[in-house]
Amino acid sequence: MDLEAIRKIIETHGYQKASLIAILQDVQAKMNYLPRKALLQISKSLDIPTARIYEVATFYKAFSLEPKGKHTLRVCLGTACHVRGGARLLDTLENLLGVKAGRTTRDLSFTLETVNCLGACALGPVLVIDDRVYGRIRADKIESILKKYR
Amino acid sequence: MVQRMTSPEELRSYRSILQGATDGDKPSISICAGTGCRACGASDLVDAFESRRRELGLSEKVELRATGCHGLCERGPLVVVHPQGICYMNVTPDDAAEVLTQAAHGGKVIERLLYEDPLTREKIPREQDIPFYRFQERVVFGSNGKIDPTRIDDYIAIGGYQALEKVLAEMSPQEVIETIKRSGLRGRGGGGFPTGLKWEACRRARGRERFLICNADEGDPGAYMDRSLLEGNPHCIIEGMLIGAYAMDSREGYVYVRNEYPLAVSNLTRAIEQAEAYGLLGKHVLGSNLTFHLKINRGGGAFVCGESTALMASLEGRVGEPRAKYIHTVEQGLWDQPTNLNNVETWANIPIIIHRGVDWYTSVGTEGSKGTKIFSLVGKIKDTGLVEVPMGITLRQIVYRIGGGIPEGRRFKAIQTGGPSGGCLPESLLDLPIDFDRLQEAGSMMGSGGMIVMDEENCMVDMARYFVRFLQEESCGKCAPCREGLQQMGEILTRICEGAGKNEDIGLLEALSRTMIDTSLCSLGSTAPNPVLSTLRYFRDEYEAHIQEKRCPAKSCKDLISFNIDPQACTGCGACLRVCPAEAIAGEKKKAHLLDPGKCMKCRACFEVCKFEAVKIQ
Repeated sequence: MDLEAIRKIIETHGYQKASLIAILQDVQAKMNYLPRKALLQISKSLDIPTARIYEVATFYKAFSLEPKGKHTLRVCLGTACHVRGGARLLDTLENLLGVKAGRTTRDLSFTLETVNCLGACALGPVLVIDDRVYGRIRADKIESILKKYR
Repeated sequence: MVQRMTSPEELRSYRSILQGATDGDKPSISICAGTGCRACGASDLVDAFESRRRELGLSEKVELRATGCHGLCERGPLVVVHPQGICYMNVTPDDAAEVLTQAAHGGKVIERLLYEDPLTREKIPREQDIPFYRFQERVVFGSNGKIDPTRIDDYIAIGGYQALEKVLAEMSPQEVIETIKRSGLRGRGGGGFPTGLKWEACRRARGRERFLICNADEGDPGAYMDRSLLEGNPHCIIEGMLIGAYAMDSREGYVYVRNEYPLAVSNLTRAIEQAEAYGLLGKHVLGSNLTFHLKINRGGGAFVCGESTALMASLEGRVGEPRAKYIHTVEQGLWDQPTNLNNVETWANIPIIIHRGVDWYTSVGTEGSKGTKIFSLVGKIKDTGLVEVPMGITLRQIVYRIGGGIPEGRRFKAIQTGGPSGGCLPESLLDLPIDFDRLQEAGSMMGSGGMIVMDEENCMVDMARYFVRFLQEESCGKCAPCREGLQQMGEILTRICEGAGKNEDIGLLEALSRTMIDTSLCSLGSTAPNPVLSTLRYFRDEYEAHIQEKRCPAKSCKDLISFNIDPQACTGCGACLRVCPAEAIAGEKKKAHLLDPGKCMKCRACFEVCKFEAVKIQ
């Protein structure tokens, strides 16, 4: 746990209470999740009650209080992807990985997430693995895509 | 890099230098590098064009430009060769050399990369002749394809910051507000409130300081025009906000942008830096008394933050819960100071109104809705993408003339407009002219401009359930009607989709809807019943089929369908057997296969892969 790194993040935001969300975003980007110790330190440095930080950290979807897997799979469930079978894609992935959306596989290799719309509607249904966008996914293509990451 | 400019005249002469330096006859290639085309490999394509250009020794002869979104995302990556305006589609790195040579030496057009009319099979070389573009009126969105969003000079050269120049040199703040009022511009984020009136109220409100906000928390699933504007033409948003700052006497503004839009954030960040360096943003803009600072805030992934008061709470570092608007945000908004919030597309309209004048602007559109609107035309449609059309165009023109109709010969069923709080409109309303008021009368709304086309395979009860679930997850939970109402509606709709619906469920849904409309705190809750009410209004028979006959007419609800293989039609090719992730299909080669319903996950993989229509859904 790199407390010094967290101090630096808080410092770049000038110890501003209004920058809480931006600070949490930066910590999440660095650590891949929001460790409890980091939240306690932010609470102390900004003089914001831990309960309020917890409130913010659990309200916004971008934050996770649990460590994430090596690869993050995000299934777009926007309307355009939905009408082209996004929910079925999620179902199939849940079955294949053995975890529900929002959870991480036990070997910490994959985190399965959903996202509301990536704005790549023309390519629906869309699956994003880490930063790579896979468009027009059909059920029969999933296995071969996953293989690249296993 | 130029020096800080200190007067409108200086900017004007800089623009004429830029324009003089551009040779209109010089071949140039625009490569779309918006998010849609990037997902199809546009980044590699830009690299390929650059290295081929070097290898072919064409660096002096052909200009290359990575631009923002051109709109026709379905056929990306898109490449346009100027000055002829030849549009190539689905271009791959292997095509780069050929396209470059054609551009440089004016050889024959590359037939295989051209748009093919789905009806006549005719090849259409020029962008402007393609039906998708021909019937649009690309006033706001049109510049996207002409400029590199990371180069401020590109924007200035096509007349950018001219409206700002005019405002600073010739107009009083009052005149600017009057102009916006007379233009009839209404908020493009969905509310449709007259922008000029909002500006006037903000200018009049008393406070220590005034804030401007650009709402780029584009959360409506299926809508991405704001992202494409921010990515492709960030300076037009900055210019619009500068004009607003002058009119409303504001010194500080924020752009609240979704965290899911990294390219928009980086292009806008760069645009702000460039505008500051040129003296167009910051202290004493172009030497005038106008001082305006602009900051970017990234959202945390909460749909409700698109609501103005929730967005302001989020900007203050709190959870994004809306508040009751007894006092409007133009009087007490961010940090309790007068605050004017407009959506991305609204801000982008401002420079155009100032520059081209009220008379021109009001000549486009309908009585109550002026100008154009950008829609994202997505779902079951041939040419998916972003389209900008004059208000008053009919749904039929958009779906069939611009979008090319429904793919694979299936039938149109409905079009959903207005995002999760909008409604589904049936075939009988295809001739409805689109504007703010007409859509509302039909039980839907303009929203931010998502248009999702659905065909006969989409179940309308499932659509209603989809939106209710979406909103249920996104409801902030502050007020009971929205929090509890959505929960109950979700349960009822799920029950219906699973074949366990009861006869009284329809009445119950309607009663819940009325309560939510009357008593919710913000418009997320009060418009949330729209998808349910509009599907009940136009597709009641589908609800009844689910409840009474336990049947899904669209063959989409998993619990009401089963898969099997027709032994007469099956050739035993083995395609379905290979794709089935559940190993539910068995059979020998060239003999009819068997599907085990006990193992079947109903993922449709076999249905999609079968070339002989042997996989049946019942």
